[in-house]
Amino acid sequence: MKFPIYLDNHATTPMDPRVLEVMLPYFTEKFGNAASRNHAFGWEAEEAVETARKQLAHLIHADAKELVFTSGATESDNLALKGVLEMYREKGDHIITSVTEHRAVLDTAKALETKRGAKVTYLPVDKTGMVNPDDVRNAITDRTILISIMMANNEIGTINPVKAIGKVAKEKGVLFHCDATQGVGKIPVNVQEMGIDLMSFSAHKIYGPKGIGALYVRKKAPRVRIAPIIDGGGHERGMRSGTLPVPLIVGFGKAAELCEQEMPTESVRLAALRDRLQAGITNALEAVYLNGHPTERLPHNLNLSFAYVEGESLLMGVKEIALSSGSACTSATLEPSYVLRALGVGSDLAHSSIRFGLGRFNTEEEVDYTIKRMIETVTRLREMSPLYEMAKEGIDLKSVQWAVH
Amino acid sequence: MAYSDKVVDHFNNPRNMGSFKKEEDGVGTGIVGAPECGDVMKLQIKVQDDRIVDARFKTFGCGSAIASSSLATEWLKGKTLEEAEKIKNTDIVQELNLPPVKIHCSVLAEDAIKAALNDYKKKTDKESQ
Repeated sequence: MKFPIYLDNHATTPMDPRVLEVMLPYFTEKFGNAASRNHAFGWEAEEAVETARKQLAHLIHADAKELVFTSGATESDNLALKGVLEMYREKGDHIITSVTEHRAVLDTAKALETKRGAKVTYLPVDKTGMVNPDDVRNAITDRTILISIMMANNEIGTINPVKAIGKVAKEKGVLFHCDATQGVGKIPVNVQEMGIDLMSFSAHKIYGPKGIGALYVRKKAPRVRIAPIIDGGGHERGMRSGTLPVPLIVGFGKAAELCEQEMPTESVRLAALRDRLQAGITNALEAVYLNGHPTERLPHNLNLSFAYVEGESLLMGVKEIALSSGSACTSATLEPSYVLRALGVGSDLAHSSIRFGLGRFNTEEEVDYTIKRMIETVTRLREMSPLYEMAKEGIDLKSVQWAVH
Repeated sequence: MAYSDKVVDHFNNPRNMGSFKKEEDGVGTGIVGAPECGDVMKLQIKVQDDRIVDARFKTFGCGSAIASSSLATEWLKGKTLEEAEKIKNTDIVQELNLPPVKIHCSVLAEDAIKAALNDYKKKTDKESQ
Protein backbone atom coordinates (compact mmCIF):
# COMPACT_ATOMS: atom_id res chain seq x y z
CA MET A 1 0.00 0.00 0.00
CA LYS A 2 1.22 3.49 -0.75
CA PHE A 3 0.82 6.23 1.83
CA PRO A 4 -0.89 8.57 2.16
CA ILE A 5 -3.99 6.75 0.94
CA TYR A 6 -6.18 8.99 -1.22
CA LEU A 7 -9.88 8.81 -0.43
CA ASP A 8 -10.88 12.34 -1.36
CA ASN A 9 -11.91 11.75 -4.99
CA HIS A 10 -14.74 14.30 -4.85
CA ALA A 11 -12.18 17.05 -4.38
CA THR A 12 -10.08 15.89 -7.30
CA THR A 13 -8.76 12.70 -8.86
CA PRO A 14 -5.32 11.53 -9.88
CA MET A 15 -4.85 11.53 -13.62
CA ASP A 16 -5.12 8.13 -15.24
CA PRO A 17 -1.68 7.30 -16.70
CA ARG A 18 -3.40 6.44 -19.97
CA VAL A 19 -4.70 10.01 -20.10
CA LEU A 20 -1.27 11.49 -19.48
CA GLU A 21 0.18 9.36 -22.24
CA VAL A 22 -2.11 10.72 -24.95
CA MET A 23 -1.57 14.30 -23.79
CA LEU A 24 2.22 14.39 -23.94
CA PRO A 25 2.80 14.75 -27.71
CA TYR A 26 0.64 17.87 -27.69
CA PHE A 27 3.03 19.77 -25.47
CA THR A 28 6.25 19.68 -27.46
CA GLU A 29 5.58 17.95 -30.79
CA LYS A 30 2.02 18.65 -31.89
CA PHE A 31 1.92 22.02 -30.17
CA GLY A 32 0.00 24.02 -32.77
CA ASN A 33 -2.80 26.43 -32.04
CA ALA A 34 -6.06 24.73 -33.03
CA ALA A 35 -7.20 28.02 -34.57
CA SER A 36 -4.22 28.24 -36.96
CA ARG A 37 -6.07 27.43 -40.13
CA ASN A 38 -3.22 27.61 -42.56
CA HIS A 39 -0.66 25.02 -41.61
CA ALA A 40 -0.27 21.45 -40.49
CA PHE A 41 0.44 22.36 -36.87
CA GLY A 42 -2.97 23.99 -36.65
CA TRP A 43 -4.74 21.25 -38.56
CA GLU A 44 -3.45 18.45 -36.39
CA ALA A 45 -4.30 20.40 -33.24
CA GLU A 46 -7.79 21.05 -34.53
CA GLU A 47 -8.23 17.39 -35.38
CA ALA A 48 -7.21 16.38 -31.86
CA VAL A 49 -9.70 18.83 -30.38
CA GLU A 50 -12.53 17.56 -32.55
CA THR A 51 -11.74 13.96 -31.64
CA ALA A 52 -11.94 14.87 -27.97
CA ARG A 53 -15.16 16.75 -28.53
CA LYS A 54 -16.68 13.65 -30.06
CA GLN A 55 -15.48 11.49 -27.17
CA LEU A 56 -17.08 13.82 -24.64
CA ALA A 57 -20.30 14.15 -26.63
CA HIS A 58 -20.56 10.38 -26.86
CA LEU A 59 -20.35 10.00 -23.09
CA ILE A 60 -23.32 12.27 -22.51
CA HIS A 61 -25.35 11.43 -25.66
CA ALA A 62 -24.95 14.87 -27.17
CA ASP A 63 -23.70 16.17 -30.48
CA ALA A 64 -20.07 17.30 -30.63
CA LYS A 65 -21.20 20.72 -31.89
CA GLU A 66 -23.03 21.22 -28.61
CA LEU A 67 -19.90 21.30 -26.44
CA VAL A 68 -18.09 24.46 -25.39
CA PHE A 69 -14.69 24.09 -23.74
CA THR A 70 -14.02 26.15 -20.63
CA SER A 71 -11.40 26.26 -17.88
CA GLY A 72 -13.50 24.04 -15.67
CA ALA A 73 -16.93 23.42 -14.20
CA THR A 74 -16.81 26.68 -12.24
CA GLU A 75 -16.44 28.66 -15.44
CA SER A 76 -19.13 26.51 -17.09
CA ASP A 77 -21.53 27.28 -14.24
CA ASN A 78 -20.74 30.98 -14.55
CA LEU A 79 -21.24 30.86 -18.31
CA ALA A 80 -24.54 29.01 -18.02
CA LEU A 81 -26.11 31.32 -15.46
CA LYS A 82 -24.69 34.62 -16.67
CA GLY A 83 -24.95 33.68 -20.34
CA VAL A 84 -28.61 32.71 -20.10
CA LEU A 85 -29.60 35.71 -17.99
CA GLU A 86 -28.06 38.12 -20.44
CA MET A 87 -29.46 36.42 -23.52
CA TYR A 88 -32.99 35.93 -22.21
CA ARG A 89 -33.28 39.12 -20.23
CA GLU A 90 -36.32 40.29 -22.13
CA LYS A 91 -38.13 37.10 -21.35
CA GLY A 92 -37.49 37.32 -17.61
CA ASP A 93 -35.01 37.55 -14.77
CA HIS A 94 -35.96 34.72 -12.41
CA ILE A 95 -33.67 31.77 -11.73
CA ILE A 96 -34.56 28.69 -9.67
CA THR A 97 -31.79 26.75 -7.98
CA SER A 98 -31.30 24.83 -4.72
CA VAL A 99 -29.55 25.43 -1.40
CA THR A 100 -27.13 22.54 -1.78
CA GLU A 101 -25.58 23.57 -5.10
CA HIS A 102 -21.83 23.99 -5.36
CA ARG A 103 -20.49 27.44 -4.55
CA ALA A 104 -19.80 27.93 -8.27
CA VAL A 105 -23.55 28.07 -8.80
CA LEU A 106 -24.60 29.66 -5.50
CA ASP A 107 -22.05 32.48 -5.55
CA THR A 108 -22.80 33.17 -9.22
CA ALA A 109 -26.53 33.31 -8.48
CA LYS A 110 -25.89 35.68 -5.55
CA ALA A 111 -23.72 37.90 -7.74
CA LEU A 112 -26.48 38.06 -10.35
CA GLU A 113 -28.94 39.07 -7.63
CA THR A 114 -26.80 41.88 -6.29
CA LYS A 115 -25.22 43.14 -9.50
CA ARG A 116 -27.75 42.33 -12.21
CA GLY A 117 -31.06 42.52 -10.44
CA ALA A 118 -31.87 38.86 -11.01
CA LYS A 119 -34.41 37.19 -8.74
CA VAL A 120 -33.31 33.83 -7.41
CA THR A 121 -35.31 31.15 -5.64
CA TYR A 122 -33.21 28.75 -3.57
CA LEU A 123 -35.27 25.57 -3.19
CA PRO A 124 -34.86 23.56 0.01
CA VAL A 125 -33.93 19.88 0.00
CA ASP A 126 -35.40 17.06 2.03
CA LYS A 127 -33.45 15.39 4.79
CA THR A 128 -31.69 13.09 2.31
CA GLY A 129 -30.60 16.10 0.27
CA MET A 130 -32.99 15.67 -2.64
CA VAL A 131 -34.78 18.41 -4.54
CA ASN A 132 -38.50 17.77 -5.11
CA PRO A 133 -39.60 18.27 -8.75
CA ASP A 134 -42.96 19.55 -7.52
CA ASP A 135 -41.15 22.30 -5.62
CA VAL A 136 -39.49 23.22 -8.90
CA ARG A 137 -42.84 23.32 -10.69
CA ASN A 138 -44.43 25.45 -7.98
CA ALA A 139 -41.60 27.95 -8.00
CA ILE A 140 -41.86 28.68 -11.74
CA THR A 141 -43.33 32.06 -12.67
CA ASP A 142 -43.82 33.76 -16.02
CA ARG A 143 -40.47 35.45 -15.46
CA THR A 144 -38.48 32.26 -14.89
CA ILE A 145 -35.77 31.77 -17.49
CA LEU A 146 -33.56 29.13 -15.91
CA ILE A 147 -33.64 26.18 -13.55
CA SER A 148 -30.23 25.12 -12.24
CA ILE A 149 -30.17 21.89 -10.21
CA MET A 150 -27.13 19.66 -9.74
CA MET A 151 -27.06 16.04 -10.77
CA ALA A 152 -25.28 14.72 -7.69
CA ASN A 153 -24.00 16.47 -4.59
CA ASN A 154 -20.27 16.61 -4.01
CA GLU A 155 -20.50 16.28 -0.22
CA ILE A 156 -23.22 13.74 0.45
CA GLY A 157 -23.43 12.00 -2.92
CA THR A 158 -27.22 12.29 -3.20
CA ILE A 159 -28.44 12.01 -6.79
CA ASN A 160 -31.29 14.35 -7.72
CA PRO A 161 -34.35 13.24 -9.75
CA VAL A 162 -32.89 14.95 -12.81
CA LYS A 163 -35.17 13.31 -15.38
CA ALA A 164 -38.30 14.39 -13.47
CA ILE A 165 -36.97 17.93 -13.15
CA GLY A 166 -36.17 17.97 -16.86
CA LYS A 167 -39.77 16.99 -17.56
CA VAL A 168 -41.08 19.87 -15.46
CA ALA A 169 -38.75 22.27 -17.21
CA LYS A 170 -39.90 21.05 -20.62
CA GLU A 171 -43.55 21.22 -19.62
CA LYS A 172 -43.16 24.84 -18.53
CA GLY A 173 -40.81 25.94 -21.29
CA VAL A 174 -37.96 26.86 -18.95
CA LEU A 175 -34.31 26.08 -19.68
CA PHE A 176 -32.73 23.46 -17.42
CA HIS A 177 -29.07 23.69 -16.47
CA CYS A 178 -27.52 20.79 -14.61
CA ASP A 179 -24.17 20.98 -12.81
CA ALA A 180 -23.17 17.39 -13.46
CA THR A 181 -19.57 17.65 -12.30
CA GLN A 182 -19.88 14.76 -9.83
CA GLY A 183 -22.13 12.62 -12.05
CA VAL A 184 -20.51 12.55 -15.48
CA GLY A 185 -18.33 9.50 -15.91
CA LYS A 186 -19.62 7.97 -12.68
CA ILE A 187 -23.30 7.31 -13.45
CA PRO A 188 -24.99 7.16 -16.87
CA VAL A 189 -25.77 10.63 -18.18
CA ASN A 190 -28.04 11.19 -21.18
CA VAL A 191 -28.93 14.80 -21.90
CA GLN A 192 -31.72 13.71 -24.28
CA GLU A 193 -33.46 11.36 -21.87
CA MET A 194 -32.90 13.70 -18.94
CA GLY A 195 -34.25 16.76 -20.72
CA ILE A 196 -31.12 18.79 -19.96
CA ASP A 197 -30.50 22.00 -21.91
CA LEU A 198 -27.15 23.07 -20.41
CA MET A 199 -24.70 20.97 -18.46
CA SER A 200 -21.42 21.70 -16.67
CA PHE A 201 -18.71 19.16 -16.05
CA SER A 202 -14.98 19.00 -15.61
CA ALA A 203 -11.96 16.84 -16.35
CA HIS A 204 -10.17 16.68 -13.05
CA LYS A 205 -13.05 14.82 -11.41
CA ILE A 206 -12.83 11.99 -13.96
CA TYR A 207 -9.10 11.22 -13.90
CA GLY A 208 -8.29 13.95 -16.39
CA PRO A 209 -6.18 17.10 -16.04
CA LYS A 210 -7.08 20.16 -14.01
CA GLY A 211 -7.83 23.34 -15.90
CA ILE A 212 -10.36 22.10 -18.46
CA GLY A 213 -14.09 21.65 -18.41
CA ALA A 214 -17.06 21.88 -20.72
CA LEU A 215 -20.51 23.35 -21.00
CA TYR A 216 -23.05 21.38 -22.99
CA VAL A 217 -25.35 23.82 -24.80
CA ARG A 218 -28.36 22.27 -26.51
CA LYS A 219 -28.78 23.02 -30.19
CA LYS A 220 -32.12 21.41 -30.95
CA ALA A 221 -35.49 21.35 -29.26
CA PRO A 222 -34.90 23.99 -28.13
CA ARG A 223 -31.92 25.82 -29.57
CA VAL A 224 -30.26 27.40 -26.56
CA ARG A 225 -28.33 30.60 -26.97
CA ILE A 226 -26.01 32.11 -24.38
CA ALA A 227 -24.08 35.36 -24.24
CA PRO A 228 -20.36 34.81 -23.72
CA ILE A 229 -18.65 35.95 -20.54
CA ILE A 230 -15.25 36.02 -22.21
CA ASP A 231 -14.77 37.98 -25.40
CA GLY A 232 -11.83 38.04 -27.76
CA GLY A 233 -11.78 36.21 -31.04
CA GLY A 234 -15.06 34.36 -30.94
CA HIS A 235 -13.78 30.81 -30.36
CA GLU A 236 -16.24 28.02 -29.58
CA ARG A 237 -18.91 29.49 -31.87
CA GLY A 238 -18.63 32.83 -30.15
CA MET A 239 -19.47 31.36 -26.77
CA ARG A 240 -15.97 31.24 -25.24
CA SER A 241 -13.00 33.06 -26.63
CA GLY A 242 -9.43 32.05 -26.01
CA THR A 243 -6.90 29.69 -27.47
CA LEU A 244 -7.91 26.13 -26.74
CA PRO A 245 -5.55 24.24 -24.41
CA VAL A 246 -5.13 21.34 -26.79
CA PRO A 247 -3.23 18.94 -24.51
CA LEU A 248 -5.81 19.41 -21.75
CA ILE A 249 -8.65 18.85 -24.19
CA VAL A 250 -7.02 15.72 -25.56
CA GLY A 251 -6.71 14.46 -21.99
CA PHE A 252 -10.32 15.37 -21.21
CA GLY A 253 -11.54 13.42 -24.23
CA LYS A 254 -9.48 10.37 -23.33
CA ALA A 255 -10.67 10.52 -19.72
CA ALA A 256 -14.27 10.57 -20.96
CA GLU A 257 -13.66 7.62 -23.25
CA LEU A 258 -12.12 5.60 -20.44
CA CYS A 259 -15.03 6.42 -18.13
CA GLU A 260 -17.52 5.29 -20.72
CA GLN A 261 -15.67 2.02 -21.20
CA GLU A 262 -15.03 1.32 -17.54
CA MET A 263 -18.20 2.68 -15.92
CA PRO A 264 -20.21 -0.55 -15.98
CA THR A 265 -17.59 -2.51 -14.05
CA GLU A 266 -16.04 0.36 -12.14
CA SER A 267 -19.26 1.63 -10.62
CA VAL A 268 -20.10 -1.87 -9.41
CA ARG A 269 -16.62 -2.36 -7.94
CA LEU A 270 -16.63 1.01 -6.19
CA ALA A 271 -20.13 0.57 -4.81
CA ALA A 272 -19.05 -2.74 -3.31
CA LEU A 273 -15.96 -1.13 -1.77
CA ARG A 274 -18.05 1.74 -0.45
CA ASP A 275 -20.57 -0.64 1.08
CA ARG A 276 -17.71 -2.62 2.62
CA LEU A 277 -16.28 0.56 4.12
CA GLN A 278 -19.67 1.59 5.48
CA ALA A 279 -20.44 -1.81 6.98
CA GLY A 280 -16.96 -2.19 8.43
CA ILE A 281 -17.28 1.10 10.28
CA THR A 282 -20.93 1.00 11.32
CA ASN A 283 -20.80 -2.59 12.51
CA ALA A 284 -17.97 -1.77 14.91
CA LEU A 285 -18.99 1.67 16.18
CA GLU A 286 -22.14 3.02 17.77
CA ALA A 287 -23.67 6.46 17.13
CA VAL A 288 -22.53 6.74 13.50
CA TYR A 289 -25.01 8.38 11.11
CA LEU A 290 -25.22 8.38 7.31
CA ASN A 291 -25.62 11.78 5.66
CA GLY A 292 -27.45 11.79 2.34
CA HIS A 293 -29.73 9.35 0.57
CA PRO A 294 -29.13 5.68 1.38
CA THR A 295 -29.71 4.39 -2.17
CA GLU A 296 -29.96 7.31 -4.61
CA ARG A 297 -26.32 8.00 -4.05
CA LEU A 298 -23.09 8.12 -6.05
CA PRO A 299 -21.58 4.63 -5.96
CA HIS A 300 -18.24 5.85 -4.61
CA ASN A 301 -19.44 8.31 -1.98
CA LEU A 302 -19.87 7.87 1.77
CA ASN A 303 -20.54 10.63 4.29
CA LEU A 304 -20.78 9.70 7.96
CA SER A 305 -21.15 11.66 11.18
CA PHE A 306 -19.39 10.23 14.22
CA ALA A 307 -21.21 11.57 17.27
CA TYR A 308 -19.13 13.05 20.09
CA VAL A 309 -16.00 13.35 17.93
CA GLU A 310 -15.04 16.47 15.98
CA GLY A 311 -14.15 16.07 12.29
CA GLU A 312 -10.82 17.84 12.09
CA SER A 313 -9.42 15.95 15.05
CA LEU A 314 -10.55 12.75 13.36
CA LEU A 315 -8.73 13.73 10.18
CA MET A 316 -5.63 14.53 12.23
CA GLY A 317 -5.88 11.10 13.81
CA VAL A 318 -5.90 9.35 10.42
CA LYS A 319 -3.53 11.75 8.72
CA GLU A 320 -2.05 9.04 6.54
CA ILE A 321 -5.46 8.81 4.83
CA ALA A 322 -6.71 11.75 2.74
CA LEU A 323 -10.34 12.53 3.56
CA SER A 324 -12.45 15.60 4.15
CA SER A 325 -14.91 16.87 6.74
CA GLY A 326 -17.92 19.14 7.01
CA SER A 327 -16.60 20.53 10.26
CA ALA A 328 -16.23 24.26 10.68
CA CYS A 329 -12.68 23.74 11.87
CA THR A 330 -11.68 22.49 8.43
CA SER A 331 -13.09 25.43 6.53
CA ALA A 332 -11.29 28.70 5.98
CA THR A 333 -14.35 30.60 7.09
CA LEU A 334 -15.00 28.53 10.23
CA GLU A 335 -18.52 27.83 8.95
CA PRO A 336 -19.76 24.24 9.12
CA SER A 337 -20.97 22.60 5.92
CA TYR A 338 -23.99 24.43 4.48
CA VAL A 339 -24.99 21.23 2.71
CA LEU A 340 -25.30 19.29 5.96
CA ARG A 341 -27.12 22.22 7.51
CA ALA A 342 -29.60 22.16 4.64
CA LEU A 343 -30.35 18.51 5.43
CA GLY A 344 -31.30 19.50 8.94
CA VAL A 345 -28.30 17.70 10.40
CA GLY A 346 -27.56 19.43 13.70
CA SER A 347 -24.42 21.57 13.88
CA ASP A 348 -22.83 19.19 16.33
CA LEU A 349 -23.17 16.28 13.87
CA ALA A 350 -22.08 18.54 10.99
CA HIS A 351 -18.85 19.15 12.94
CA SER A 352 -18.51 15.38 13.28
CA SER A 353 -18.85 14.49 9.62
CA ILE A 354 -16.32 12.78 7.37
CA ARG A 355 -16.61 12.44 3.61
CA PHE A 356 -15.06 9.41 1.89
CA GLY A 357 -14.66 9.53 -1.91
CA LEU A 358 -13.48 6.28 -3.45
CA GLY A 359 -11.85 6.17 -6.86
CA ARG A 360 -10.52 4.09 -9.70
CA PHE A 361 -7.20 3.45 -8.02
CA ASN A 362 -8.42 2.52 -4.55
CA THR A 363 -8.09 -1.10 -3.44
CA GLU A 364 -9.84 -3.36 -1.00
CA GLU A 365 -6.66 -3.40 1.08
CA GLU A 366 -6.83 0.38 1.41
CA VAL A 367 -10.49 0.21 2.40
CA ASP A 368 -9.82 -2.42 5.07
CA TYR A 369 -6.93 -0.37 6.44
CA THR A 370 -9.18 2.69 6.56
CA ILE A 371 -11.88 0.79 8.43
CA LYS A 372 -9.35 -0.29 11.05
CA ARG A 373 -7.89 3.17 11.51
CA MET A 374 -11.27 4.88 11.66
CA ILE A 375 -12.44 2.51 14.38
CA GLU A 376 -9.22 3.02 16.36
CA THR A 377 -9.25 6.79 16.04
CA VAL A 378 -12.94 7.31 16.78
CA THR A 379 -12.60 5.10 19.84
CA ARG A 380 -9.57 7.03 21.07
CA LEU A 381 -11.20 10.40 20.49
CA ARG A 382 -14.39 9.32 22.21
CA GLU A 383 -12.28 8.46 25.27
CA MET A 384 -11.04 12.03 25.08
CA SER A 385 -14.50 13.53 24.57
CA PRO A 386 -16.46 15.21 27.37
CA LEU A 387 -19.61 14.74 25.25
CA TYR A 388 -19.14 11.00 25.06
CA GLU A 389 -18.56 10.91 28.79
CA MET A 390 -21.76 12.86 29.43
CA ALA A 391 -23.74 10.70 27.03
CA LYS A 392 -22.51 7.55 28.75
CA GLU A 393 -23.61 9.01 32.08
CA GLY A 394 -27.09 9.26 30.61
CA ILE A 395 -27.10 13.04 30.24
CA ASP A 396 -29.23 14.34 27.38
CA LEU A 397 -26.81 16.66 25.61
CA LYS A 398 -29.66 18.64 24.08
CA SER A 399 -30.81 19.69 27.55
CA VAL A 400 -27.47 21.03 28.73
CA GLN A 401 -26.90 24.76 29.20
CA TRP A 402 -23.60 25.33 27.46
CA ALA A 403 -21.33 28.17 28.55
CA VAL A 404 -20.58 29.73 25.19
CA HIS A 405 -18.39 32.83 25.17
CA MET B 1 -1.58 24.35 6.29
CA ALA B 2 0.30 21.55 7.97
CA TYR B 3 -0.23 21.19 11.70
CA SER B 4 2.54 22.45 13.98
CA ASP B 5 4.74 19.74 15.49
CA LYS B 6 3.75 20.70 19.01
CA VAL B 7 0.04 20.45 18.23
CA VAL B 8 0.56 17.03 16.67
CA ASP B 9 2.58 15.93 19.71
CA HIS B 10 -0.16 16.90 22.15
CA PHE B 11 -2.70 15.23 19.93
CA ASN B 12 -0.81 11.95 19.77
CA ASN B 13 0.42 12.08 23.37
CA PRO B 14 -2.18 14.03 25.30
CA ARG B 15 -1.11 15.03 28.77
CA ASN B 16 -3.44 14.38 31.68
CA MET B 17 -6.39 13.20 29.64
CA GLY B 18 -9.19 11.93 31.85
CA SER B 19 -11.51 12.91 34.70
CA PHE B 20 -11.70 13.43 38.42
CA LYS B 21 -14.96 12.88 40.19
CA LYS B 22 -16.67 16.27 40.24
CA GLU B 23 -17.85 15.90 43.83
CA GLU B 24 -14.39 14.96 45.12
CA ASP B 25 -12.84 17.29 47.66
CA GLY B 26 -10.54 19.88 46.20
CA VAL B 27 -11.74 19.42 42.62
CA GLY B 28 -12.79 22.33 40.44
CA THR B 29 -14.49 21.64 37.11
CA GLY B 30 -14.91 24.01 34.16
CA ILE B 31 -16.90 23.12 31.05
CA VAL B 32 -16.89 25.69 28.23
CA GLY B 33 -17.94 25.81 24.59
CA ALA B 34 -20.87 24.13 22.86
CA PRO B 35 -21.35 21.14 20.56
CA GLU B 36 -22.94 23.37 17.90
CA CYS B 37 -19.71 25.34 17.76
CA GLY B 38 -17.61 22.22 17.38
CA ASP B 39 -15.65 22.99 20.55
CA VAL B 40 -16.27 21.75 24.09
CA MET B 41 -13.54 21.64 26.73
CA LYS B 42 -13.78 20.14 30.20
CA LEU B 43 -10.91 21.13 32.45
CA GLN B 44 -10.50 19.93 36.04
CA ILE B 45 -8.05 20.90 38.78
CA LYS B 46 -7.24 19.19 42.06
CA VAL B 47 -6.18 21.65 44.71
CA GLN B 48 -4.32 21.07 47.98
CA ASP B 49 -3.21 23.91 50.26
CA ASP B 50 -4.01 26.50 47.60
CA ARG B 51 -1.79 24.77 45.05
CA ILE B 52 -2.93 22.83 42.00
CA VAL B 53 -1.47 19.37 42.43
CA ASP B 54 -3.14 17.68 39.49
CA ALA B 55 -5.26 18.48 36.44
CA ARG B 56 -7.31 16.66 33.82
CA PHE B 57 -8.91 17.54 30.50
CA LYS B 58 -11.37 16.15 27.99
CA THR B 59 -12.04 17.96 24.71
CA PHE B 60 -14.42 17.69 21.78
CA GLY B 61 -12.73 19.80 19.12
CA CYS B 62 -10.01 20.06 16.53
CA GLY B 63 -6.34 19.20 17.02
CA SER B 64 -5.53 22.75 18.09
CA ALA B 65 -8.30 22.70 20.70
CA ILE B 66 -7.11 19.37 22.06
CA ALA B 67 -3.52 20.62 22.18
CA SER B 68 -4.54 23.87 23.89
CA SER B 69 -6.39 22.09 26.68
CA SER B 70 -3.70 19.42 27.07
CA LEU B 71 -1.06 22.14 27.38
CA ALA B 72 -3.23 23.99 29.88
CA THR B 73 -3.26 20.97 32.22
CA GLU B 74 0.52 20.73 31.94
CA TRP B 75 0.94 24.35 32.91
CA LEU B 76 -1.62 24.24 35.71
CA LYS B 77 0.13 21.51 37.68
CA GLY B 78 2.22 23.00 40.46
CA LYS B 79 0.82 26.51 40.16
CA THR B 80 -0.95 28.40 42.90
CA LEU B 81 -4.51 29.55 42.22
CA GLU B 82 -3.19 33.07 41.76
CA GLU B 83 -0.56 31.98 39.27
CA ALA B 84 -3.14 29.95 37.36
CA GLU B 85 -5.35 33.04 36.92
CA LYS B 86 -2.47 34.68 35.06
CA ILE B 87 -2.29 32.13 32.24
CA LYS B 88 -3.19 33.96 29.02
CA ASN B 89 -4.43 32.55 25.73
CA THR B 90 -1.59 34.38 23.98
CA ASP B 91 0.91 32.24 25.92
CA ILE B 92 -0.79 29.16 24.50
CA VAL B 93 -0.78 30.59 20.96
CA GLN B 94 2.93 31.23 21.21
CA GLU B 95 3.83 27.86 22.69
CA LEU B 96 1.83 25.90 20.10
CA ASN B 97 2.48 28.19 17.11
CA LEU B 98 -1.26 28.47 16.49
CA PRO B 99 -2.20 30.18 13.21
CA PRO B 100 -4.69 33.09 13.32
CA VAL B 101 -7.62 30.88 12.36
CA LYS B 102 -7.02 28.73 15.49
CA ILE B 103 -6.53 31.46 18.06
CA HIS B 104 -10.05 30.99 19.33
CA CYS B 105 -9.04 27.50 20.56
CA SER B 106 -6.56 29.09 22.95
CA VAL B 107 -9.18 31.58 24.11
CA LEU B 108 -11.50 28.70 24.96
CA ALA B 109 -8.69 27.01 26.90
CA GLU B 110 -8.15 30.18 28.94
CA ASP B 111 -11.91 30.31 29.57
CA ALA B 112 -11.81 26.68 30.69
CA ILE B 113 -9.02 27.40 33.18
CA LYS B 114 -10.94 30.33 34.64
CA ALA B 115 -14.14 28.28 34.79
CA ALA B 116 -12.36 25.51 36.73
CA LEU B 117 -10.81 28.02 39.14
CA ASN B 118 -14.17 29.72 39.69
CA ASP B 119 -15.87 26.40 40.31
CA TYR B 120 -13.25 25.49 42.91
CA LYS B 121 -13.65 28.90 44.59
CA LYS B 122 -17.42 28.52 44.70
CA LYS B 123 -17.10 25.08 46.29
CA THR B 124 -14.63 26.20 48.96
CA ASP B 125 -16.66 29.33 49.70
CA LYS B 126 -19.71 27.14 50.27
CA GLU B 127 -17.76 24.83 52.54
CA SER B 128 -16.40 27.63 54.66
CA GLN B 129 -19.89 29.12 55.11
